[in-house]
Amino acid sequence: MSYLSLSDKDKKEMLARTGVGATDDLFCCIPEAVRLKRALDLPAAQSELELVRTMEAIGRKNDYSRHLSFLGGGAYEHFIPTVVDYLSSRGEFVSPYTPYQPEVSQGTLQIIFEYQTLVCQLTGLDIANASLYDGSTGTAEAVLMAQRVTSRNKVVLARSLHPQYREVVRTYIKNLGVEAVEVGYGPDGRIDEDALGRALDDKTAAVVCQSPNFFGVVEDIQALSDAAHGVKALSVAIVAEAVSLGMLEAPGKRGADIVAGEGQSLGIPLSFGGPYLGFMACKKEFLRQMPGRVAGQTLDREGRRGFVLTLATREQHIRRERATSNICTNQALCALRATIFMETLGKQGLRELAWQNAQKAAYAADRLGAIPGVKMKFSGPVFNEFVVELPKPWPAVDAGLRAKGIIGGYGLEPAYPELKNAALVAITELKTKDQIDRLAQALQEVLS
Amino acid sequence: MYPNDFRYTKEHEWIKIEGDEALVGITDFAQHQLGDIIFVELPAVGKELAARQSIGVVESVKSVSDVYAPVTGTVVAVNEALGQTADLLNKDPHGQGWIVRIKIKDKKDLDGLLSAGDYEKFLEGLEH
Repeated sequence: MSYLSLSDKDKKEMLARTGVGATDDLFCCIPEAVRLKRALDLPAAQSELELVRTMEAIGRKNDYSRHLSFLGGGAYEHFIPTVVDYLSSRGEFVSPYTPYQPEVSQGTLQIIFEYQTLVCQLTGLDIANASLYDGSTGTAEAVLMAQRVTSRNKVVLARSLHPQYREVVRTYIKNLGVEAVEVGYGPDGRIDEDALGRALDDKTAAVVCQSPNFFGVVEDIQALSDAAHGVKALSVAIVAEAVSLGMLEAPGKRGADIVAGEGQSLGIPLSFGGPYLGFMACKKEFLRQMPGRVAGQTLDREGRRGFVLTLATREQHIRRERATSNICTNQALCALRATIFMETLGKQGLRELAWQNAQKAAYAADRLGAIPGVKMKFSGPVFNEFVVELPKPWPAVDAGLRAKGIIGGYGLEPAYPELKNAALVAITELKTKDQIDRLAQALQEVLS
Repeated sequence: MYPNDFRYTKEHEWIKIEGDEALVGITDFAQHQLGDIIFVELPAVGKELAARQSIGVVESVKSVSDVYAPVTGTVVAVNEALGQTADLLNKDPHGQGWIVRIKIKDKKDLDGLLSAGDYEKFLEGLEH
């Protein structure tokens, strides 16, 4: 299909062929009284040069790139090898549609299959889908899946699960008769296991816990999985920082039945919030309850290996209101970027990337913790983010740091009113020792 | 073609009474309409079923069809063989392709069902 605009000649020919006098005649069925009789209130068309200048002027209002930022909380700034942009912007990858016709889509389908395979390896589970929209909707889909698998209508969410993921889950379950109960955290920043024990019963479909959690603290997924399985509920592990899987044990090997999360860290730029990449994997016994597209491996009639979209009977175009989800797409281009990213780094590369994150974050925690008045809020082990508690309210500290060209962290009080004067600080491999020292220096000055 | 000792529904299920219990499956017509069957979603043993309630689902490559309980009762057994070989439903829909065994709650439910002759007439009617 050619995407070319119509010339006047094209329009005349179409009008002649259809026997319509003028374009306006096509709208004859719209009552005269409601027809708009003026031009739309839009600015005049611009030349390419004028347009570029207009957009650049708007773009200059964004000053994020002129700051040294330590923001995390579900979106992370990592190094993206050039090969990711280079390969993923090839026409063959950027232009194709959903691979419904396998005979003309083997390239697309093979990539999806490789992506699914990598997600299984990262998560330690048997099967993965072709990707979902993002971590928040991935979490919601996992909750709905657990409800279907167990036929139970209550889910237990850790309060340390990303606030926006929890909000999206509530939006999804709002009219479905599913109840979400939250369980708090302890002084180590991990889920309160006693409170969890009290919240679990034979109505619980799943325990949903993020690791590393929103506070950056690594949870004990095995303990949570055991607790969930003790009441025959599912253990759902959410991962918002995918790079952590380069170092932390795969949740599937720690009892998780479903792992969902955000793949943005794997070669996708921050892009002011999206597009991002939801991933999901599960145990093979739950295959038919898993949402999303799935690419499968098969043989053509000449016995050659090939790939197809498969298990379509889970999906809404066949199951309609009893489908596993209404999603009928994936994040193909983002999944491609993540696949190139992971295949470029390889297992060793991803492991080293994760270690650099952890080590630099540990250095930062030491430097910041040494500043008079600054406390590490939680005692639990962290990956590449941690919560600092300050002697002054965060908004004032934040303003002071921004005046020095630094975005020091993410204030937690709005989402967690009990965490006064606390901020979440993220350190990735991109931060140099000097940059971390600069943050420490600036914070000390702002607090004095 | 259609066993005389079975009863039938207009949704193309058959039921074979064996005392207080019955085997339930789908008819040859149904398996033919569905094409190659690749998966059968079976209910749990012990599940209580109301007449005309969905027992489970039969999947072919491109479609999904509910199987409805011809009578009210409790599932006492499911045909585990279908888990391995779903195409038993195509090959032997009236025999080895049985889907569930139900303990019938009220034998009066059988009164509304079709005999083999009535079912065959019903099928002829569909062809028009």
